[in-house]
Amino acid sequence: MNINATLIGQTIAFVMFVWFCMKYVWPPIMAALEERKTKIEEGLAAAERGEKEHELAEKKATEVIHEARAEASDIINLANVRAGEMVEEAKGKAVEEAAKVKKGAAAEIEQEVASARESLRQEVSGLAISAAEQIIKSEIDAKKHKKLIDKVSSQLGAA
Amino acid sequence: MSGENLTSSEYIKHHLTNLTYGQHPDGSLGIAHGSEAAKEMGFWALNLDTMGVSIILGFVFIYFFKKAASTATAGVPGGLQNFVEWVIEFVDESVKDSFNGKNPLVAPLALTIFIWIILMNTMDLVPVDYLPHLASMMGVPYLKVVPTTDPNLTFAMALGVFCLILFYSIKIKGPGGFFAELAFHPFPKYLMPFNLFLELVSLIAKPISLALRLFGNMYAGEMIFILIALLPWGAQWVLSLPWAIFHILIVVLQAFIFMTLTIVYLSMAHEESH
Repeated sequence: MNINATLIGQTIAFVMFVWFCMKYVWPPIMAALEERKTKIEEGLAAAERGEKEHELAEKKATEVIHEARAEASDIINLANVRAGEMVEEAKGKAVEEAAKVKKGAAAEIEQEVASARESLRQEVSGLAISAAEQIIKSEIDAKKHKKLIDKVSSQLGAA
Repeated sequence: MSGENLTSSEYIKHHLTNLTYGQHPDGSLGIAHGSEAAKEMGFWALNLDTMGVSIILGFVFIYFFKKAASTATAGVPGGLQNFVEWVIEFVDESVKDSFNGKNPLVAPLALTIFIWIILMNTMDLVPVDYLPHLASMMGVPYLKVVPTTDPNLTFAMALGVFCLILFYSIKIKGPGGFFAELAFHPFPKYLMPFNLFLELVSLIAKPISLALRLFGNMYAGEMIFILIALLPWGAQWVLSLPWAIFHILIVVLQAFIFMTLTIVYLSMAHEESH
């Protein structure tokens, strides 16, 4: 418990330790702490920025989806209209075609009827002539009465 | 107890004697046997145990903190770095709380004081006979393990702090300003001698109280450990354990008080006027 030169020795040791601590221990650790602090701050800021960007992107995506949906419904509507038009067109064409076919058929029928009538007339007139020939053979000369027979046959055709 | 048949007072004396190296009155150099012999050596003697243990512990502090400092990165800290950072942030917080000026010395000073004193005080928790007995088996007659129970050490630290107080007082306030603070305060100018006396006493009381507070606490604690060691075996550990647990508080508290008062004194030295 005596005060002796240990006092001086300890003072020197104390000063050296403090000096060393001040020079080599404190600054790097404080620098690291400071650096970490700024890093964390930066990280937080970046996270916030990212979140905002994400939000923006989501908004944009929903917008795009909406647009696409609207476009799709437009297209569908258009297609529906077009399909209706096409059906109408086809219907019209079909009706037209049917009318044409009907018309052709009617003409043919008419023609057929006319030719049938002609042949019938001819046949009937032939029959009439042959009948008349049979009847008249004995008394009437065919050459003599030709004019009269032609007149009758034309009258038959008109009927 | 260390093997030989010592009386209780001899045992206590043995434990409280430093390993002092110096010049005997007859002129020969050597280890002083007993505190009387150490006293006869006068001022120019060295307490080898105090010096040795404190410097080893100082290097322990330097080694671990330097290791943490040189590997310190802003990334995720490892175990040692985490601990060191925690201590440093605690000290930094204490300095910021009570020190208003700007001085790059104060915080490292406070850290060194805090950790070094904790380490030296912690030697108190090593059972009182272990190291002295080991030393005596190696032929070293005395070993006082706890450096903070040596007033040389506590006064050395307090004197270091005191020099800093004086240095910064004069540097910040100027010699005139420092003198004015001592002379014209707290009473009016015409009571200058009285002021001077009061302020000088309070100024000198700062390092003395710093040194004696730490020394007294640790000396008393050590003394109680020694006394407990004198009790019968059964009573020893029943008392030693609670006292050791309580002593952990004192170990840290005294280091903290020394550090905080150092910061406060230096803060006062930096303040222009109060």
